[in-house]
Amino acid sequence: MTASSAILEVQPILVNATRFRKAREADWERLEYLVSRIEKRSVRSLSDEDLLALPLLYRSALSSLSVARETSLDRALISYLEQLCTRAYFQIYGVPTSALRQIGRFFAKSWPEAVQAIWRETLVAFLLTVAGAVVAYLLVRNDPTWFFGIMPEGLSAGRDPSASAETLRATLYGAPKDDGLAVFATALFTHNAQIAIFAFALGFAFAVPTVLLILYNGLMLGAFIAVFVPKGLGWNLGGWLIIHGSTEIFAIVLAGAAGFRIGTAIAFPGRLSRGDSAIAAGRSAATAMAGTVIMLIAAGLLEGIGRQTVTEDWARYAIGLTMLLGWLVYFYMPRKA
Amino acid sequence: MRWPIRKKARGPVSLRRNFVTPEGVDLQLELGSAGTRAGAFMLDGLFILVVLIVLTIAIVMLFVASHQGDALAILWLIGFFVLRNGWFVLFEMGGRGATPGKRVMGLRVVARDGARLTGGAVIARNAMREIEIFLPLSFLGSQAAEGTADAFLTIFALCWSGIFLLFPLFNRDRLRVGDLIAGTWVVRTVSGTLGHDLVAGKESARRTFSDAALSLYGVYELQTLEDVLRGGRNDAIATVAWTIRNKAGIADDGDDFGFLSDYYAALCARLERGLMLGKRRENKFAASRG
Repeated sequence: MTASSAILEVQPILVNATRFRKAREADWERLEYLVSRIEKRSVRSLSDEDLLALPLLYRSALSSLSVARETSLDRALISYLEQLCTRAYFQIYGVPTSALRQIGRFFAKSWPEAVQAIWRETLVAFLLTVAGAVVAYLLVRNDPTWFFGIMPEGLSAGRDPSASAETLRATLYGAPKDDGLAVFATALFTHNAQIAIFAFALGFAFAVPTVLLILYNGLMLGAFIAVFVPKGLGWNLGGWLIIHGSTEIFAIVLAGAAGFRIGTAIAFPGRLSRGDSAIAAGRSAATAMAGTVIMLIAAGLLEGIGRQTVTEDWARYAIGLTMLLGWLVYFYMPRKA
Repeated sequence: MRWPIRKKARGPVSLRRNFVTPEGVDLQLELGSAGTRAGAFMLDGLFILVVLIVLTIAIVMLFVASHQGDALAILWLIGFFVLRNGWFVLFEMGGRGATPGKRVMGLRVVARDGARLTGGAVIARNAMREIEIFLPLSFLGSQAAEGTADAFLTIFALCWSGIFLLFPLFNRDRLRVGDLIAGTWVVRTVSGTLGHDLVAGKESARRTFSDAALSLYGVYELQTLEDVLRGGRNDAIATVAWTIRNKAGIADDGDDFGFLSDYYAALCARLERGLMLGKRRENKFAASRG
């Protein structure tokens, strides 16, 4: 064993990291500069030349990282390359496309496709709504006290079985109380949209709460109809409901269906793993749910403004059925693959 | 007899995850810890609250000035809706993949399969906040307002929010329920500069070391030495230099930093030669090649 470390005039020891840094450092620095610029501003801030160089620099940095991991023990070098490659990766692969293109794609493709994908659930949610409505209708017709069990207090606003036909008629055609139409429409929209998002999210609990929510929605509808029909106002109520209801109830049914999709995908993943099944269902169902928010904007406008200004029954029916037809064609029209 | 439940000792839970790019290189992403995520969420909550307060004050002042009650009420309703549902979605759909809170905490949302982050995924992961945060919140709010603190309902609400709020702690990838549905996870965004080369820059005299002195340590010790040299703390350098000299039986020449730099260079070169031959000596306990 040597007793001391002698100082000798020797060739400097060049470890791999040194050689490597000398050969590649300029490329890394350029990549870092480009990536920082994209992160701070956007891809558009790069010149054409830089844009073309970016993928090449990225691949060269990746290969540097692979080589450094195998041949070099310089930890600073490896961790620098790791963060550089990760940042470049996210700028090249991970960034969503531009907002405008995403919106275009959403309307042209993603939304109708997502709605088509949940057609079974949509059917189930629709049948649940109808079933709820029929049950509530029969219950209230047999025993009007059921109405108060189904409807929350604030919502009926005097439109209960004890009201006279005249009062009820007035609620269907009555002139708006004040000129707060647009505010009313907005409040309706935000409330309904929140319910739609809620129905979607609750689907996570194996769809059970969503089923209850949809069923309850149907119950309220049925109880409401049961108040008007015995007074001979069935046809009139139909017009009052359908002008916005064809859009609104369709939207709620779709939001419920999106919730069902998540719940069933988690409960019954089929051939996929439970996680993969949840992801596939979650992404497409969320797209359908985002669409229902747009439908509810339309429904809010129809309810808050359209219904208060259009008081002819036939016009209300015409508008409501046209909207329904429009949605059905838009969603289910066969498209080119 | 062995205690039946005790598991074998585990190291600290690592948040580093393999993440293989299409080019086949593992980038070793580091996930955001639960604490950072909670911090980011609180910051976002704070930002939303501040924006909401500013919006409300601005609208009230506009109302006082113009008396356009309807238009301003609509503005407020839409603003509230967009803030509540759009804040997270819109920011995460942007190029940075992060809300302001996440950006402050150095986090970003990434698709777990490494693909592009789609709008559907972002909406899915944030719509789930509805049942994670807003449901228990509004529930507790209405309970408090009515003063009907039914014990059963309160316990149910607590369990519910406990399950969803603490969900990230129950899985190793720190996934929220929303992340589970959307196939995303939240990673740390690290950025740094390249540290200088410890070995280069010295053209002439270097100490040489005997084989025995260089076979004392492995990669782990080498990289610890690298940290000490880059850290530049004099007391740490003195201690380490003393330890190495003592162990290798080398006389003190009064230049601790120079000694450690040379020792680092020599050890690094030797271990790298080993790497080339396919022998990686992980630490000092592993057998020296010989």
